[in-house]
Amino acid sequence: MPKLVIDDKEIEVLEGMTVLQAAAEAGVEIPVFCYHPKLSIAGNCRMCLVEVKNTPKPVASCAMPVCEGMVVHTNSAMVEKARKGVLEFLLINHPLDCPICDQGGECDLQDITMAYGRSSSRFDLNKRAVPDKEFGPLIETAMNRCIQCTRCVRFSSEIVGIPELGAMGRGEDMEIGTYVQKTITSELSGNLIDICPVGALTSKPYSFKGRSWELSHTPSIDVFDAVGSAIRVDTRGREVMRILPRQNDEVNETWISDKTRFAYDGLKYQRLDQPYARGEDGLLHPVGWKEAFSLIADRLQHVPGNHIATLAGDMVDAEAMVALKDLMTSLGSPHIDCRQEGSSVGVGPRCSYLFNTTIAGIEQADFCLLIDTNPRWEAPLINARIRKNYLFNNLPVASIGPVYPLGYPVKDLGNDPQILEKILKGKHPICSALKAARKPMLILGQGGLKRPDGDVILRLTQEIADKYGFVQKAWNGFNVLQTAASRVAGLDLGFVPGPKGYGTQKILEAAKKKKIEVVYLLAADEIDVNSLESTFVIYQGHHGDRGATVADVILPGCAYTEKEGTYVNTEGRVQRTLKATPPPGEAKEDWKIIKALSDKLGLSLPYVTPKEIQARLVEVNPLFDEVDRIQPSSWKPFGREGNVNPAPFEFAIQNFYMTDSISRHSRTMAKCVQQILGQEKVHA
Amino acid sequence: MLKASDRIFINLYGIHDWRLKGAEARGDWDKTKALIAKGKDWIIQEITASGLRGRGGAGFPTGRKWGFMPPDDGKTPRYLVVNADESEPGTCKDRDILRFEPHKLIEGALIAAVAIGAHVGYVYVRGEFYTEANHLEEAIAEAYKAGLLGKNAAKSGWDFDLYVHRGAGAYICGEETALLESLEGRKGMPRLKPPFPAIVGLYGCPTIVNNVETLAVVPTILRRGASWFGGIGTSNNAGTKIYCLSGHVNTPCNVEEAMGIPLKELIEKYGSGVRGGWDNLLAVIPGGSSVPLIPKDVCEKVLMDFTSLAEVKSGLGTGGIIVMDKSTDIVRAIARLSKFYMHESCGQCTPCREGTGWIWRMLSRLADGIGSPKDIDVLEEVTYEIEGHTICALGDAAAWPVQGLIRHFRPELERRLKINRIA
Amino acid sequence: MTAFKFSKENEERVKEILTHYPPDRKASAILPLFELAQRQCGGWLPKEALEAITEMLEVSLIRGYEVATFYTMFNLKPMGKYHLQICGTTPCMLRGSEDLKGVCQRHLGIENKETTKDGLFTLTEVECIGACTNAPVVQINDDYFEDLDEKSFLKILEDLKADRPVKPGSAIGRQGSAPERRRANAKGK
Repeated sequence: MPKLVIDDKEIEVLEGMTVLQAAAEAGVEIPVFCYHPKLSIAGNCRMCLVEVKNTPKPVASCAMPVCEGMVVHTNSAMVEKARKGVLEFLLINHPLDCPICDQGGECDLQDITMAYGRSSSRFDLNKRAVPDKEFGPLIETAMNRCIQCTRCVRFSSEIVGIPELGAMGRGEDMEIGTYVQKTITSELSGNLIDICPVGALTSKPYSFKGRSWELSHTPSIDVFDAVGSAIRVDTRGREVMRILPRQNDEVNETWISDKTRFAYDGLKYQRLDQPYARGEDGLLHPVGWKEAFSLIADRLQHVPGNHIATLAGDMVDAEAMVALKDLMTSLGSPHIDCRQEGSSVGVGPRCSYLFNTTIAGIEQADFCLLIDTNPRWEAPLINARIRKNYLFNNLPVASIGPVYPLGYPVKDLGNDPQILEKILKGKHPICSALKAARKPMLILGQGGLKRPDGDVILRLTQEIADKYGFVQKAWNGFNVLQTAASRVAGLDLGFVPGPKGYGTQKILEAAKKKKIEVVYLLAADEIDVNSLESTFVIYQGHHGDRGATVADVILPGCAYTEKEGTYVNTEGRVQRTLKATPPPGEAKEDWKIIKALSDKLGLSLPYVTPKEIQARLVEVNPLFDEVDRIQPSSWKPFGREGNVNPAPFEFAIQNFYMTDSISRHSRTMAKCVQQILGQEKVHA
Repeated sequence: MLKASDRIFINLYGIHDWRLKGAEARGDWDKTKALIAKGKDWIIQEITASGLRGRGGAGFPTGRKWGFMPPDDGKTPRYLVVNADESEPGTCKDRDILRFEPHKLIEGALIAAVAIGAHVGYVYVRGEFYTEANHLEEAIAEAYKAGLLGKNAAKSGWDFDLYVHRGAGAYICGEETALLESLEGRKGMPRLKPPFPAIVGLYGCPTIVNNVETLAVVPTILRRGASWFGGIGTSNNAGTKIYCLSGHVNTPCNVEEAMGIPLKELIEKYGSGVRGGWDNLLAVIPGGSSVPLIPKDVCEKVLMDFTSLAEVKSGLGTGGIIVMDKSTDIVRAIARLSKFYMHESCGQCTPCREGTGWIWRMLSRLADGIGSPKDIDVLEEVTYEIEGHTICALGDAAAWPVQGLIRHFRPELERRLKINRIA
Repeated sequence: MTAFKFSKENEERVKEILTHYPPDRKASAILPLFELAQRQCGGWLPKEALEAITEMLEVSLIRGYEVATFYTMFNLKPMGKYHLQICGTTPCMLRGSEDLKGVCQRHLGIENKETTKDGLFTLTEVECIGACTNAPVVQINDDYFEDLDEKSFLKILEDLKADRPVKPGSAIGRQGSAPERRRANAKGK
């Protein structure tokens, strides 16, 4: 380990570190623009120049590896001159329109200029004018402000893997842009806003909406997919103004998907802000909570428990699910399901529905087999990890199922589920690669699992995993990629049919036949609601979406930004959201609604405080005590023996930008569908 | 003065046949096999002993550069890259080698390839040199046909393939790492160093990049001996050099002469003197546009070598001598160079991207007599804010000519500002 | 516009060029292939050619676009039949390149980066093209015309207009970059 001296501080650091990293360890701050810890080193901004003893010229600390005995000065006259010079150069063509710039207040250029720059400019010529670019519905450009650090270019080619941004032209005329005004299509494009150190790339939906210092920040968890990205909800008053990522290297590193970032405007539209009941006229009318509860109580009075059913949606928190499950048990209903798409898997051991490798673990895999999954849409951050492993280790990836460009080379094995049988029998060309792999992983998508033969595919996949050493002592390469934020918690809580209970399909069929008379939809919208036309439907949720259209009573609940809720991500990681804003109108936290209803029904659930409901979670499954940790699950057999249906696979998600009741009501997402997916069709 | 018999580039002007037959008649490809048979260590030792310094501008000792190659692991390819991206204003020597002495280059490339253990070489010729690259391609084809390239090149037992790769208009590709980027199919943007190309070069493999003239003199040095070459020139500045005399001389020309020849002798003898006589001389840029100019009084005595020109705060650079007589608007002449650097800055790093344009605009304004004496100070400071702060040497190259101008012609700049102008 | 395809003859040339580089380094061929396509398309590189070549070399569109816009020799819009590239850098400037620009202005009516109405000439002031000892120099398409003055340059333009052959090289009969003998001798006497 080399020892060096930085500003008179002696420090010993790891071999191969850069001077910049060593300085950070020594607690010495060096200003940077082009350097970003998650991107390759460009060394182009020259802001991080430092003086190294016995070197005639200042050196770029971001690119200079440390060596034994190095003596570094970060505050000498040479360094000060270099920094002042670089800042002066960056500012001569920078518009200084900070008062009208959305980056103002959180701008690296502003901050660094305050700390290291000159007090006034000596530049008295005309500034360069750079035409703004049209990057699509998410990113606003003000290219005059661009300082050509190329972070965005590197992000698009390194992290996303589908290079869409470049620096065209040269010299002072160099401009960042896309190929002939092409819209950016990446699902991670919003991160460009975060990595842009100035106000050249800003959020289009947030454009001129607020100033950073007016916002309150609430750390929380994303629920638009099952990744559970760490987010920060920025609010002003009662309004969510924007959503940003928080760093969590185990999950999302420093990135979030565009749906996570931009669908928040869906929180404003079509909200259920008070209870409703369907009147004699067949229309929904606002009612009070009391009346709503009375209607429910009246209707339930004459219905036997096994004529009642409930379905939980994809964004529901664990608290609401456990409360509803308890209520259903009290009512004597075994017909409960959290798998609204109709899948029959998830009742086996925990390892059968988790992403066992863990997201960070992907980086260690040396082979990846995708089975009917489009991780780019189902979990953009997991796709980014696979891409990362490809970028650093050339991870070989093969896929069975439909083909979609993922940002790394994928060997297309064809779209035939029977390939799985061939692989199991060792009769497929890919088998040799599987055998040779030391840490192979596979990812099974929801598309395959929701098929009627989903459990057969699950078994087959487990057998493949066993045969080819996917599961070892300290390595589990078997992964199910969940797409619903609520799913793992639902399965962990046993929100699945009890003895003689019906699953989703059967509930809907029974409802058609009037064998199920009452259905309680806990924000469940991804079902065929037409089946429920003659059923008494209680809809509890936050949006007037599909489920609400057939509801007889509507109970307004909270969206994920409005409550403290527990979620378990696809890895099995327990995480909590925090309340960033109050819910609209009379809406209430979901588990409290169920608790109140239970009181009305005379079946009082035994929890009143958040602590108590959380204790109930732990009581049902002790895993809920392990917040922010992952418990490895033991490897046991699961699935069902049988024959695979040769029908081709289909992806679980057909439209990335609209997957749930919030994103369906987001105007921003609607623009994405129109401009981004529309463009992709044209280019395809 | 260089003896005619010591001249290496006999066909510098293309009077004779440039093709293989003519080249062989001039002694090229003579016993190449025997030279190679003496082994790579001998070649490197001989070139080191000769004192040959790179002819591309920086003057790095060639033998030492070759010695930087890591030991051959037998697996990783190693490359020789010939820098024929001659674009330094005032310089056009490699052009003559490419079009009239291509076989000297090809033979030199083969020998260098043996010395550094490369089986593949690329000659990166600037795109504008269309005819020149055609000549070289033709000469390479001849060499292949005669068994001088390819498998068992020149019966040496060494396999060596040499390809011409044409640039497409970018001065910066003369910077060796930008050249490698360009050769790999990207924009010519210089790489961060370390690592140096000898360790991580073309396609990430060990690579040596040499200038055309450097390689073209190698066969002759080996044939005539290191001491012969070392005996020409001045101390630490060995051998012969092609100088390019342009600008206000009576007969502009390229000429091969000894290192260390007095500048005045060069101008008088080969340029037939300064236009209007020696006393009409204003200043000279002695080593391509990137070096600071020297005024007439310095020109009187200075010798054309790395050491002497560094002593007068200029440089030998490429040996491109731009002569300016008293009719020259010296401010505009240098401003035009600033425009050149602005145009050729790759745009990668801040000081050069932003600074070159600023310099050009400030200097143009001063040329028009607009501004105050303080602007001259600002201009000078800006050049020092660029110098030494950039990824490659283009920033320095843009700064130095302006520093030279202010150093020697500040009164001229100030004089213009004093003229009372209406518009 | 229809899709770009290399001509039969150029297709062979492409194959040959690709042999110069390791098979997994096809991107190296981007400059030579752009150049070849530009020649085939009459002196400029259309979008379709860029797209076809990047696909062929497995280079992303944006990287190809970067390359096309970085190097000055790629023309991204149609050019005149004769591309007059007047070197304007100091060595040529010292020997009268400004006058040559004047010739274009007066006799062709075009400024820098403009094309004559008849589509015959496009004028570009280029940076040093490396023939400084034969300054001033104008590169017309591939050929260097050296040691020019207003008269000799005008003659070349007139000849091109009239479709008469023109001879590249020194306008004053110099051999390569050798000192002009007549003047050198006169000085010697």
